[in-house]
Amino acid sequence: MAGKSSEPMMVKGKRLDGRKTNEMRPMKIKMGVVPQAVGSAEFSMGKTTVVAAVYGPKEVHPRHMMIPDRALIRVKYDMLPFSTTDRIRPGPNRRSKEISKVMSSALEAAVYTKKYPATVIDIFVQITNANAGTRTAAINAASAALAHAGIEMRDLVCSVAAGKADGTVMLDLFQPEDNFGEADLPVAMMPNSEGITLIQMDGDLTKKEFDESMKLVTEAMPILYELQKKALINGEASFEGGKVK
Amino acid sequence: MTEKLQIKDKELVVPGQILAEGMSYIPSGKAIRNGETITSTVLGSASVKGHVVKVQALSGGYFPRKNDMIIGQVTELAKFGWRVEIGQPNQADLPLRDASTSFIEQGSMRKYFSEGDYVFAGITEVGKFIRLSTKTRPHRKLGTGNIIEVSPSNIPRIIGRQGSMIKTIKDTSGCNVVVGQNGYVWIQGEDLEKVLLVQKAIEMIESDAQTSGLTEKVEKMLKGGKK
Repeated sequence: MAGKSSEPMMVKGKRLDGRKTNEMRPMKIKMGVVPQAVGSAEFSMGKTTVVAAVYGPKEVHPRHMMIPDRALIRVKYDMLPFSTTDRIRPGPNRRSKEISKVMSSALEAAVYTKKYPATVIDIFVQITNANAGTRTAAINAASAALAHAGIEMRDLVCSVAAGKADGTVMLDLFQPEDNFGEADLPVAMMPNSEGITLIQMDGDLTKKEFDESMKLVTEAMPILYELQKKALINGEASFEGGKVK
Repeated sequence: MTEKLQIKDKELVVPGQILAEGMSYIPSGKAIRNGETITSTVLGSASVKGHVVKVQALSGGYFPRKNDMIIGQVTELAKFGWRVEIGQPNQADLPLRDASTSFIEQGSMRKYFSEGDYVFAGITEVGKFIRLSTKTRPHRKLGTGNIIEVSPSNIPRIIGRQGSMIKTIKDTSGCNVVVGQNGYVWIQGEDLEKVLLVQKAIEMIESDAQTSGLTEKVEKMLKGGKK
């Protein structure tokens, strides 16, 4: 939300990259990209690319973080220095710590943590290229990586953002829409039970606009679910031109 | 209430996928009942036998059960006995009284097992601690040999139906092979070439675990290497 752009965000009912308001960016997912990890996935959403690797369940270190009756889900969200247009300082910062925290609770809701008492499941997410929607892409990658690691889960977690730019409510914002838009609403859901595991709102939306955004997100969930499912079974999958392949 | 099966036999399923609807189906393995539906909890292959819907995981670590026969590595000597690493988040204990039928004298623990040794042991207890035993017959210390790690979900394929696969490997290669249910395999043989060939054969079983006619393939591979 860095001020207003002089350019209009919508031209003749189409967005700057030619998408409709309810259309997602082309997506791609590939399993097993990190051979030493128990489970891993690479997920890209337009120009945003993330790699997630899952290690565990394993013994908890440091010991005081151990939870005796269930597993600890520890997420490390990390943006690589070259992922943005301006180099960012490597290492944890305020933003990445917050995203790690919300991701951990978004994924914990789906994992049967009681089946793995006194252990930790480490999830490392590296953002190799950032073009808005990194946390939603990271959740999709991490969910697929968790399933790939053979961890028992209630459901897969699918995530996509909706938002408002230039007064129009739209799905899956990309960089200019996110930077010059008015609001961003990332949502993570478990499609089979329709449970929401993450919802954040940056900027302002009216009640009507919020309902509209949630409708767009809910309608996009089956596509994301199908994409993750296909990738887990076939090793890779992609979404382009409204079709999951 | 509708009774409906949503999947075919041997279909691959993902976590949260609905496998069957209605109360007449029974979940087995990694499938669970969720209200009136049966869902899968893991990425695995589903099988249907009558009204039983079973899911077997494709990947994932080892989870110990009582009476499993496993291979572990001794990591440390303690007051009560030995501590053993078994490829699982928590280490297992091998108490002095379950290690041997003979009396173990003070200060002679290393005569039995010392740090770094591999043992073939049975699990006697799974609870707060995992207890092992090497008292009864097939259980013993494993001497010089190669240890390889495979995914625990592929162990049934390596053993084969009623041990057919493992028997083929042993007979055709002349190597001594011990398979632990936790995913460690120990291979010993006079001829290093043959040991490496067995290692390769096991790797092949792992990568082609879902295909049929594996036993013949393995036999061909091991015999081909003999020439």
